[in-house]
Amino acid sequence: MDFISLFASLKFIKPEITISITLLLVVIFDIIFNENKKIVWLITLFGVFIALIFTSLNLLVEGYAFSPVDGSHNFGLLTLDSFGSFFKVIVLVSTLLILYFSNNSNEIINTGKRQGEYYALMLGMLLGMLFMTSASDLIMVYLSMELLSLSSYVLAGFLKLRDRDSEASLKYLLYGAVSSAFMLFGISLIYGLTGTTNLYLINLYLQAPQINYIPFALASIMIFAGIGFKISSAPFHFWTPDVYEGAPVAITAFLSVASKAAGFALFIRLLKTGFVLRSNEQGMWILSDIFDWHSLLIFVSILTMTLGNFSALWQNNLKRMLAYSSIAHAGYMLLGVAVLSSQGVVAVLIYFFFYMLMNIGAFFVVSIIADKYNSEDIHGYDSLGYKNPWLAAAFSIFLISLTGLPPTAGFIGKLYIFIALVDSNMIAVAVIALLNTVVSLYYYIRVMKHMYLVKPAENTETFSTSPSNLVYLILLSASVLLLGIYFSPVVNLAKQCVGILGL
Amino acid sequence: MLQVGLTHFLIVSTALFSLGIYGVVTRKNAVMVLMGIELMLNSANINFIAFARYGNFGNGGQLVALFVIVLAAAEAAIALAIVLNIYKTFTNVNVDEIDNLKE
Repeated sequence: MDFISLFASLKFIKPEITISITLLLVVIFDIIFNENKKIVWLITLFGVFIALIFTSLNLLVEGYAFSPVDGSHNFGLLTLDSFGSFFKVIVLVSTLLILYFSNNSNEIINTGKRQGEYYALMLGMLLGMLFMTSASDLIMVYLSMELLSLSSYVLAGFLKLRDRDSEASLKYLLYGAVSSAFMLFGISLIYGLTGTTNLYLINLYLQAPQINYIPFALASIMIFAGIGFKISSAPFHFWTPDVYEGAPVAITAFLSVASKAAGFALFIRLLKTGFVLRSNEQGMWILSDIFDWHSLLIFVSILTMTLGNFSALWQNNLKRMLAYSSIAHAGYMLLGVAVLSSQGVVAVLIYFFFYMLMNIGAFFVVSIIADKYNSEDIHGYDSLGYKNPWLAAAFSIFLISLTGLPPTAGFIGKLYIFIALVDSNMIAVAVIALLNTVVSLYYYIRVMKHMYLVKPAENTETFSTSPSNLVYLILLSASVLLLGIYFSPVVNLAKQCVGILGL
Repeated sequence: MLQVGLTHFLIVSTALFSLGIYGVVTRKNAVMVLMGIELMLNSANINFIAFARYGNFGNGGQLVALFVIVLAAAEAAIALAIVLNIYKTFTNVNVDEIDNLKE
């Protein structure tokens, strides 16, 4: 056995190793410190922080990890490149934000001794996402997706005594298991057709002219079913509103940002390394004509954003409304992928960075209100502008940014997507996306109407937010505002990080 | 004497997959739905092993099947725990009766 190449691969997966060790430590310390779970939280925070440092230090490192030892080819199970590292940064930063979030959400605090399990499962999810961002072999794709899914099924129903939590986890499990079974069958067909599960070798196979088209297209659609479930794109989005409403708010925020980011990273890599034959002079990707991803993606993304936006119009539960809004955002980002060029991918990266900040912020406000009134109904937000001006102001900023109005970060994200669309002559699609944004304005502004235009009752009491929560909110809303004006650092970072290691 | 070839295996696996989908779509009991999912996973396993054997692709396909068996076991464990929890809160496990989250 040749262990040297195996050890050489280990230096590429430092963040994953850190998270694995943290996961083991959390399990051990959870047993030792049966009463006080603060230490478990601190270990988790520390581990994720170390992993973030490792990732940021190796942002531009490239290489293949875990190649076959017999030297038949160099491509491995994992591909390390700046594109994957960017998504790793997004996943890790959002985990840090969610860790603070969980520690200040009554839903999680009230579970008492079970908090140890909560953080262990969250680290399991994180590990799956980190592997998803760099998986370049269909088996690694399937395994990492299952690692993410299995932990998130449990976390969605973490408050097991509340019946809507149990329901959410059952629905998530059934939809998830079926779509991953479809994906596995698709992978088995591709294995049968090409004789390999490695994406690079599949690409090499596709360069050859004689291919059996129909089974390959069928297998591609089956694999898209698995990924479409993770990024909650139509027509695989039915679980999203139910699960997002039922799960604890912290987990809802985590699923809507980190799990979606990992799904997008996986999908873009699959498309780029598996199906793109070469790039032309304008940087547009020339796809293998075996399967028309372009039309499929445009159709699916328009369907996704329209369904998301129109269903959100009549939701009175804020969590459910934000769930539909996150479906719509997945549609916008999928448009960025549908451009099929590096410019489109840059737009998706920028959009994700801003989406992370504003979405976690919005869910944090929902969590504060839910802790106070024990419901997420829109009437809990009546005259919030009077009761707690700071909270209302922060929430307004997040909502305006989610709509995509200037001068917030959400505007810049949408702007880059539209520029990419117009540059590749997809003007009709850009117009549809723009009209969708107008629709979304209604349901976001409706919440602001409840906050500012509903007259407070005579005996309405004001309430204040704890200082640390206030700092957290100001940090998020200020960065949303600041990045709306001074956005060049994020744009430059995204442009630097678009390198997907291809053939 | 009939020679068993790749086609026969593919027919079996496709039949199993279709039966799995049929079970998922028509059954109301959550445990039966899970059995349907199990059939779908195992049909993919048959595909992997048959392709590896008849396509001369090496041991890769059989390794994949081993991974999938382990994952299916883990998934079944988690799924049954969730179904048990559903039974405790709703006192039944019929998927069409568990619909509080709907507008």
